[in-house]
Amino acid sequence: MTTADEPALTRDDVAHLAHLSRLELTDAELDTYLGQLGVILHSVARVGEVAGDDVEPTTHAVPQTNVFRDDVEVPCLPHAAALASAPASYEGRFRVPQILGEEA
Amino acid sequence: MSELMDSGLMDYDEALERFDPVLGLEVHVELGTVTKMFCGCPTGFGAAPNTQVCPVCLALPGAMPTVNRQAVEYAIKIGLALNCEIAELCRFSRKNYYYPDMPKNYQISQYDEPIAFGGYLDVDVDGETVRIEIERAHMEEDTGKSTHIGGATGRIHGAEYSLLDYNRAGVPLVEIVTKPVTGTGKAAPAVARAYVAALRDLLAALDVSDVRMDQGSLRCDANLSLMEKGAPEFGTRTETKNVNSLRSVERAVRYEITRQAARLAAGQTIKQETRHFDESTGTTAAGRSKETAEDYRYFPEPDLVPVTPEREWVERVRATLPELPWLRRARQQAEWGFTDLEMRDLVAADGVSLVEQTVAAGASPGEARSWWGSYLGQQANNRGVTLAELPISPTQVAAVVSLVNDGKLTAKLARQVVDGVLAGEGEPDQVIAARGLAVVSDDAPLQQAIDDALAAQPDVAEKIRSGKVQAIGAILGAVMKATRGQADAGRVRELVLKTLGVDS
Amino acid sequence: MSADLTRRSAAELASAIASREVSAVEVTRAHLDRIGAVDPDVHAFLHVSDELALAQAAEVDRAFDAGEQSASPLAGVPLALKDIVVQKGVPTTAGSKILEGWLPPYDATITRKLLDAGIVILGKTNMDEFAMGSSTENSAYGPTRNPWDLSKIPGGSGGGSSAALAAFEAPLAIGTDTGGSIRQPASVTGTVGAKPTYGGVSRYGVIALASSLDQPGPCARTVLDTAMLHEVIAGHDPMDATSIPQPVPNVVAAVRRGQADGVAGMKIGVVKQLGGQGYQPGVLSSFRSAVEQLQAAGAEIVEVDCPHFEYGLAAYYLILPSECSSNLARFDAMRYGLRIGDDGTASAEQVMSLTRGAGFGAEVKRRIILGTYALSAGYYDAYYGSAQKVRTLIRQDFEKAYQQADVLISPASPTTAFGIGEKVDDPMAMYLNDLATIPGSLAGIPAMSVPSGIAADTGLPVGLQIMGPALGEERMYRVAAAFEAGYLAEHGTTVPQQIPALEGTAR
Ligand SMILES: [Mg+2]
Ligand SMILES: [Zn+2]
Repeated sequence: MTTADEPALTRDDVAHLAHLSRLELTDAELDTYLGQLGVILHSVARVGEVAGDDVEPTTHAVPQTNVFRDDVEVPCLPHAAALASAPASYEGRFRVPQILGEEA
Repeated sequence: MSELMDSGLMDYDEALERFDPVLGLEVHVELGTVTKMFCGCPTGFGAAPNTQVCPVCLALPGAMPTVNRQAVEYAIKIGLALNCEIAELCRFSRKNYYYPDMPKNYQISQYDEPIAFGGYLDVDVDGETVRIEIERAHMEEDTGKSTHIGGATGRIHGAEYSLLDYNRAGVPLVEIVTKPVTGTGKAAPAVARAYVAALRDLLAALDVSDVRMDQGSLRCDANLSLMEKGAPEFGTRTETKNVNSLRSVERAVRYEITRQAARLAAGQTIKQETRHFDESTGTTAAGRSKETAEDYRYFPEPDLVPVTPEREWVERVRATLPELPWLRRARQQAEWGFTDLEMRDLVAADGVSLVEQTVAAGASPGEARSWWGSYLGQQANNRGVTLAELPISPTQVAAVVSLVNDGKLTAKLARQVVDGVLAGEGEPDQVIAARGLAVVSDDAPLQQAIDDALAAQPDVAEKIRSGKVQAIGAILGAVMKATRGQADAGRVRELVLKTLGVDS
Repeated sequence: MSADLTRRSAAELASAIASREVSAVEVTRAHLDRIGAVDPDVHAFLHVSDELALAQAAEVDRAFDAGEQSASPLAGVPLALKDIVVQKGVPTTAGSKILEGWLPPYDATITRKLLDAGIVILGKTNMDEFAMGSSTENSAYGPTRNPWDLSKIPGGSGGGSSAALAAFEAPLAIGTDTGGSIRQPASVTGTVGAKPTYGGVSRYGVIALASSLDQPGPCARTVLDTAMLHEVIAGHDPMDATSIPQPVPNVVAAVRRGQADGVAGMKIGVVKQLGGQGYQPGVLSSFRSAVEQLQAAGAEIVEVDCPHFEYGLAAYYLILPSECSSNLARFDAMRYGLRIGDDGTASAEQVMSLTRGAGFGAEVKRRIILGTYALSAGYYDAYYGSAQKVRTLIRQDFEKAYQQADVLISPASPTTAFGIGEKVDDPMAMYLNDLATIPGSLAGIPAMSVPSGIAADTGLPVGLQIMGPALGEERMYRVAAAFEAGYLAEHGTTVPQQIPALEGTAR
């Protein structure tokens, strides 16, 4: 693949990323994104210029720690409401197309 | 396809002559909290599908997770019991991959900053202590459950559609990962089993999970690789998933050793892959292979903030740690006066707590061990169940012991009473009454049987009279036969000697 | 009568309703009528909740008539809710086809707070799909038009909310701001919008774009109305672990103080890096006159240097795509929303890909792919990791700046509203719209846009961005209110009062 300093995505890279993110793309879309992503990556890669090892990353703007909830039950969604938006359901469960293979 | 080649197995002993197995065990334990890891839905097993779900655990748009304090405390407790260090700061991360049983299509887990790390668990394997190093214990959430419908077998391949129940989605898990376990040689399968058993007992003692392997609240993934003797590096490992009984852990590891050895010996390579254990055949089979290695794209979960367990909290949890099972066992062995071998057999048979309860119900340790260790052990074996699964309680065993001690049952009768209890005929008293098993304690019918026996065998009577008391066996046998075994042998002996005028 | 009511501020309407001068139902009906008249042209709303809104208003009236205590100082006032905030039983799409027809079974925390406050929710407003954009052209349901000039964009992503305010379809609106989606639309429509301190308003029930940046906030046509709404929706929420456990800031009192006392004695910092190249001349001259007005009102103006701001855009366009690639993974055709290609033979994985490929728009897919790349093994440190470090540097720039000034100011947007279709094919040009707002987003500080005037070169409104330190909402509102009052005193009118009437342009 490429290094972060000189991002140069290939068409296969974009296709692979699309697959990883479960996006069915047309050939035309692949071409468009290939061009655009190259430009964008070129300009965002400069974050590396200033981010030294001594800089702590900020993950939250206002730092907090140890935010917990008590182990106390709260009402669930009514069963019908849980399934109401399902594209398909059967006997109280979400019906989905066949799942092939195990991934996890 | 590759399954054909997989059917080639190497003889186990031969495999171990050429290769050293390297184990890695990942155990997922569902915590016994009231609610899920990141929402207030209950965690109870067996509810109707999708009745324990909410916007958070269904991953509805806009919903956000909140961390269950009790789950964090349980994770700390597990870490401490495994001699781990508890992190000063740890984070949740997102593990990104698409799978329909995971509503968000990412799992909230911990990545490079687990809550507990660097511990160990000492495990007893055939009298030797094996130290299993613990790499880490981290918090994460469970997935939902899918059922595959249609297709020829109903299994995952060939299914026409799948049904999803998200009741389990978001149940808190702690994943306990060992460092590679080397140097166990032939004992590798036994070590794997002993480790999972020890972990299970530990988690039960900590009261953080119901550790039901059959219900999936304790699940084991077994990693195994082989290295040629003297090789400098580990070989390629396979990961056998969801091995859901202690016996399966042992079998799966053993199977993988023979399978991988055959491949390596034939000059083939081992593919790094996920495999599934099949209980019925005792074999493992490859999951669907992926074109590319999984890239989980971990990053810190921005919806949650870091966890920094204060040291006072950690110490407070440490103070609640119960007596650890192995320490407790050593104490019990001393109290009960068992030999190492006796204790080990009892542990191996999973009988420690049964003996403990039988003693608590009034039996002596020796009597309790003898019942559970031998007669009941045989019965369990015959039925292919564990001791605990036998339909007899420690209280019932103690009652039988007490009847024997009171002279109300002979050893032989006692076994018949136990058989009756096992056959579902009720309490020992009820079995005795229904089967008419009480010891004949009235001397009159005994005397009649003795007189008959002496009359039938006058030569034996003469020998006894002349001082050869050991000849009494023939008379005793006849009397027992006549009373259908319901006589107390000691009392018969006394009466025979008295009848013949011999001092006992 | 109807037109009269829609021209009034939320504060005026609230007191008119409370005094029973008008009923909440009349106020609601007036706004629904206005929506009916002008929304075919403006297209601010994706869904109008006529019946629910009238029923809510009737309940407010009933409570007032029964002499019950007012639910809040804004009871009975109508509001436009950005379609990224869930409301139970009301269609919520986030501007995406993938959620078309979805009826949420629960309320967002802010929705609950609005309803409890007796605020009447008129409907859901248009937006860039999943809040990705600066023009509302990325909505799957067609663009919203700027009431100042229907050929122009109303800003984005919250263009529906800003246009609803500018079209007098609602006196109050809710926006969400990830990189500027409240402030930039406010700027280009001549309205007011505030992004609270990150964590100041609950995100629970707000469909996530970039979790570490997203922040819902209040929008209105006046600073006081914005502050009143701010107090309704702010506050700690146990359902949002990133919510700040702090009391609601007294921003209404701060507005009164700004109106009464002005900015005399305050130090106001002008950020050197937020101006100059890339900024439209008309925007810069409006900004300069704003600075002069503040100075004349007694503020001390200082220039502050924030050297790392120039890396803000790059950091933002790594953090946002990374987080959104994960946040949007849940739209997978399994439990809700669109499902495409389920023909009985396709696998779940294929159906997911087909649905996401068809259900997401171009910008969404572009950012998901970019984010997937930035997070992938071997790239994390260089991209996401480095971007998070840049955030730290920008935060430190702000901290230093606030040692020199009480608040910081800049233009809210580099340009006034541009033409619909003008930048759609050039993502980088589009991304530059957020140049001035992004640093505040990355640092999580409160920031708002108030109209600074009308650009001489385009005749369109310009926004003044006022940024406070973290939890410094009160200072920020005080300056905003003082500036608004100063503008009125100087010009005899406010910017929103100069918005062209739309009647007659429809059809
Ligand atoms: Mg795991
Ligand atoms: Zn839940």
